[in-house]
Amino acid sequence: MARMTMIEAIQNAHDLAMARDDRVVVFGEDVGFFGGVFRCTAGLQKKYGKSRCFDTPISELGIVGAAIGMAAYGLRPCVEIQFADYMYPAYDQIVSEAARLRYRSAGEFTCPIVIRMPMGGGIFGAQTHSQSPEALFTHVTGLKTVVPSTPADAKGLLLASIADPDPVIFLEPKRLYNGPFDGHHDRPVTSWRTHALGEVPDGYFETPLGVASVVQAGDALTILTYGTMVHVALAAVQETGIAAEVIDLRTLLPLDRETVMESVRKTGRCLVLHEATLTSGYGAELAAQVQTDCFYHLEAPVARVAGWDTPYPHAQEWDYFPGPARVARQMRALMEA
Amino acid sequence: MDDHPPLALHVPEPEWRPGDTPDFSRVEIPRAGSVRRPPVDEDPEAMRDLAFTIIRVLNRKGEAVGPWAGELSEEELLDGLRHMLLLRAYDARMLMAQRQGKTSFYMQHLGEEAISTAFRKALGPRDMNFPTYRQAGLLIASGYPLLKMMCQVYSNEEDPVRGRQLPVFYSSKEHGFFSISGNLATQYIQAVGWAMGSAIRGDTAISAAWIGDGSTAENDFHAALVFASTYKAPVVLNIVNNQWAISTFQGIARGGAGTFAARGHGFGIPALRVDGNDYLAVHAAAKWAVERARRNLGPTVVEYVTYRVGGHSTSDDPSAYRPKEESTAWPLGDPILRLKAHLIGLGAWSEERHAQAEAEATDTVRTAQREAEAIGTMQTGRRAGPRDMFEDVYAEMPPHLVRQRHEAGY
Ligand SMILES: Cc1ncc(C[n+]2csc(CCOP(=O)(O)OP(=O)(O)O)c2C)c(N)n1
Repeated sequence: MARMTMIEAIQNAHDLAMARDDRVVVFGEDVGFFGGVFRCTAGLQKKYGKSRCFDTPISELGIVGAAIGMAAYGLRPCVEIQFADYMYPAYDQIVSEAARLRYRSAGEFTCPIVIRMPMGGGIFGAQTHSQSPEALFTHVTGLKTVVPSTPADAKGLLLASIADPDPVIFLEPKRLYNGPFDGHHDRPVTSWRTHALGEVPDGYFETPLGVASVVQAGDALTILTYGTMVHVALAAVQETGIAAEVIDLRTLLPLDRETVMESVRKTGRCLVLHEATLTSGYGAELAAQVQTDCFYHLEAPVARVAGWDTPYPHAQEWDYFPGPARVARQMRALMEA
Repeated sequence: MDDHPPLALHVPEPEWRPGDTPDFSRVEIPRAGSVRRPPVDEDPEAMRDLAFTIIRVLNRKGEAVGPWAGELSEEELLDGLRHMLLLRAYDARMLMAQRQGKTSFYMQHLGEEAISTAFRKALGPRDMNFPTYRQAGLLIASGYPLLKMMCQVYSNEEDPVRGRQLPVFYSSKEHGFFSISGNLATQYIQAVGWAMGSAIRGDTAISAAWIGDGSTAENDFHAALVFASTYKAPVVLNIVNNQWAISTFQGIARGGAGTFAARGHGFGIPALRVDGNDYLAVHAAAKWAVERARRNLGPTVVEYVTYRVGGHSTSDDPSAYRPKEESTAWPLGDPILRLKAHLIGLGAWSEERHAQAEAEATDTVRTAQREAEAIGTMQTGRRAGPRDMFEDVYAEMPPHLVRQRHEAGY
């Protein structure tokens, strides 16, 4: 067991996957010699050579399209899109091709690829370095969508994603790369290296996709969340003192419906929290499912806290970001309802 | 059994990395004045050579020579020098401001000042640029107020784009500067669309598209070339080849093509390759391409050969992927020093006047900076407010946004 940052955990996962299976190849913009602008692939080219880890032209469509072809050949590509905001040029390849290859060929061709992308705000990246596009993927059948919130999960989930026989969208909350986030920009970010949640088991292990984790037990209300917002939720729970159960979904699709519903049936109250814009966001899906499964257990309507329905602004990003104060306000309202 | 030798993947690599000694002696640089200048209506097929050479006007002695020389008056050259000095001084101050935490981010032009400033002088006032983040020289050379540029960088209350955009993502319709997107290459095809619009309406305005060498790999670039070629759109398709795309050298985007300019040939678009550190050459090539567009002869691809001396942005450390000496070894020199030498050679300039002009540029920037900071920076003073965040999503704010704005407390 060692303490590492999320970046180091992701590096480590790549390293183990490449050592274990020589079909794993890693590529994307700046990922080769330099090791990626966030350094998540640092050292891989040196260790595994240029034909297993290399720089690509700035063509997201090229990156994903080539990955699909390599997968059809029999490789296991794990590719990086520099920021999730830049996956749109690749969207057709992801949606019309990667997601449907198995289905349209009746299993003759498959697409075991992983598409990693840093997501979310909190680094003053404005609208083109801050988006949370998860709903654009969970809406597409044939894809799996994963969002880790700790270094250990980042490692285990990435290894499971690389081993998965289907295309996986792996969204990395960039705000969490170097340390957990207590929800407010005025406070320093604690490094994962000194934080209890920075502990990452050594060696190869997989954290199964489709299994949520209960990061804090409670019986007053359930908070369903993922990524950066897990830490915002924990800060809000601390601020309110309400005995909330915080569930980190970890995989958005497939969703761990059992863990979610069990918790909501127990608490009778549910708050859905994400950073992406509210309207038609992933939270709407969660709310609908909770309503279907737990209607007779609910003491109040399912509440949602999310980003505002505007593009991510630069200077006002902390007014945009759903912080602990907003979550706490909703939690209190929900307890009174 | 197949008796072919096993295949192997080819991954292009730059010639040297940190720790190596850069040596550009193998890079072919034609003599200044040696490249011919065809008439603007020449058949594209007949001028394919121009995509594989480098058009240069200023020679080593600072003289302007050859068929691309003689376009600009002394006064115009002095203006050009002042624009470049101003851009360099502005960059230096804003870079410092970022380091002091007054803004979140900055991107500089160091070494590339001639390209945008000289190009702007070849355009008319109603033409439109579709720039990327390294063409602030277009604004400076068009007389856009430095104060406004700084307010944008500081995201303060006077920021014309109200704090929404990353620093350096300027926008000015009046100054022919289309709003910058952070998504690379998207503007390239839009520039073609703008030019097609002008042609559809029988207007006389043309557009200019801008892109970096790395970004030419994007789909949008290729879509732009197809549309420009098909409709003979009145557009100048600029490619700024500054050798690097963050840590990735230009060979990765260029692949097997001889040059970036040569990409135009597959589409039947004439292409020029120009010394981007030569103010006179940039201006002459720009003027040629602008005239072609204006005379409805269609698009031109122009590749500017230059070098990104600074980091990619304030988040980048270039010493991790290229030798520190590479920028000084770069053979095309410094655009400011080259124009300065030329003007001194003409007897129109002197070391003293240059030193004075540099001081003036710094002064102008400092004055604007004081004014901008009196309004506010990202950390202090009057900043773009959160209320602003909800406006301009639509022409009229729909009820759900009104509700959210109230919920946010504004
Ligand atoms: C669609 C898209 N993909 C990736 C990026 C990330 N990115 C920003 S700048 C850059 C390098 C661009 O290099 P180049 O086009 O050569 O321009 P230069 O920075 O050298 O002026 C990259 C990869 C982006 N902004 N947009």
